[in-house]
Amino acid sequence: MAYPKRLDGRKFNETREIEARAGIIKRADGSAMFRIGKTVAYAAVYGPRNLYPKFLQNPREGIIRVNYAMMPFSSKGERVRPGPSRRSKEISMVTEKALLPVLSLEEFPNAVVDVFIQLPQTDAGTRCAGICAASIALADAGIPMKDLVAAVSVGRVDEQVLVDLNYDEEAFDGKVADTPMAVVQRTGELSLLQMDGEIEKDQLIRALKLGQETLKKIFEIQKKALKEKYHMENGGEE
Amino acid sequence: MKQLKSQIIKGLEQDLRFDGRKPLDWRKIDVEYGISKNAEGSARVKFGDTEVLAGIKLSIGEPYPDTPDEGALMVEADLSPMSSPEFEAGPPDIKAIELARVVDRGIREAKTIDMKKMCIEKGEKCWLVSIDVVTINDAGNLLDASALAALAALKDTKMPKLEKDVVQYGELTKESLPLNKEPIAVTVLKIGKFFVVDPLVDEENSFDAKLTVTTTDKEICAMQKGGDGTLSIDDIEKMVDIGMEKAKEIRKHLAKKGAK
Repeated sequence: MAYPKRLDGRKFNETREIEARAGIIKRADGSAMFRIGKTVAYAAVYGPRNLYPKFLQNPREGIIRVNYAMMPFSSKGERVRPGPSRRSKEISMVTEKALLPVLSLEEFPNAVVDVFIQLPQTDAGTRCAGICAASIALADAGIPMKDLVAAVSVGRVDEQVLVDLNYDEEAFDGKVADTPMAVVQRTGELSLLQMDGEIEKDQLIRALKLGQETLKKIFEIQKKALKEKYHMENGGEE
Repeated sequence: MKQLKSQIIKGLEQDLRFDGRKPLDWRKIDVEYGISKNAEGSARVKFGDTEVLAGIKLSIGEPYPDTPDEGALMVEADLSPMSSPEFEAGPPDIKAIELARVVDRGIREAKTIDMKKMCIEKGEKCWLVSIDVVTINDAGNLLDASALAALAALKDTKMPKLEKDVVQYGELTKESLPLNKEPIAVTVLKIGKFFVVDPLVDEENSFDAKLTVTTTDKEICAMQKGGDGTLSIDDIEKMVDIGMEKAKEIRKHLAKKGAK
């Protein structure tokens, strides 16, 4: 099956509509909402705070702990059972690794920065949306950061290399590769890379470059969300 | 904590609370429907800064042996660690279980859903209605907000298509759930000799006793007393009156959807 045109009419290098907001959860030290198409992620950051049980503490520097969860009613199909699954645990772990390179936690030995990611509505790309939201929320919380991280999925559907696959594209009847990637803004280097499906090497390289280009736009959206929050707090108009 | 409580009481003596409200005032109530497109029904409820989401998933199951000709209902609550520094990740703790059970009892005992109509084949097949509540921000009174979100999500629900007893998720019919009475939960706190509704977190940390009164138009359908202190019958009478009276204001916010 060929894929000459995307099912939802987007260009191959075009993401779905993106919306980002910072500071949406007042109780949290930092928070954000990130929406890409129909996928919505909330992230809340608490910390640095004391970490118990004590044996988890790292005396050299603070640690980051991510908890990713889909809300039970968020999925297209059946109810998602609440509580950790193998999938959610793995995503939590790779999200930690994706964010870690930009964090400076040396000043917080023995402490933890908790990041909670929850998705009320999903249509593929959830870990990437979660990473984008978490990155904004960490900055909003004032955690010392060297840079921002953003993530998007790239891949191929049939012979087309493309960005931001939605659910229908992931389920395309033919050759598909889905490659979530996270990038550190200034270096352009990857802090998350996963792949499943089938892809040739040159397609992969093209896809990753396409992702890098796309993420430049997403970094701007993240920064805008942060600026808007602080603009409003300083008495500016919404 | 003692100091906090005496501050709260000092305020109440002047008919005032930390956020400027009177003892029996709600914060700004906001009900938004259809906030998750993959759920069969969903809603967001805000009481001031408190925010709760609820979503409905429908599936096919077997009726319970004691109600072979009825559908089944399940309520679960996630007091998400996202919503408060006091909540921890992990399986539901007693606070989440109590909240879910109080919400469940209100909906069940008010006979909100006509469960007979949710039976597909007696003793064999029925609809299972799963209500999930997830807290987003805890600025106090999660329980009343959760009960309202659950009810609003039920009102938002459309039945999915059924083909050979297999649910066709994503293909919703125009049919709503068979709904009857609408239970509204109002938690009344007793702090010193004062009564307060829609508590803030500070008030929830300083009360003596509380009573959640869930009512339909005329009747009480569920109650839950909480806190370490005791209540007199006189207190309870006053608290039930307050609960029924304050529920009316919430009903106005729900009415919009009823018209559809």
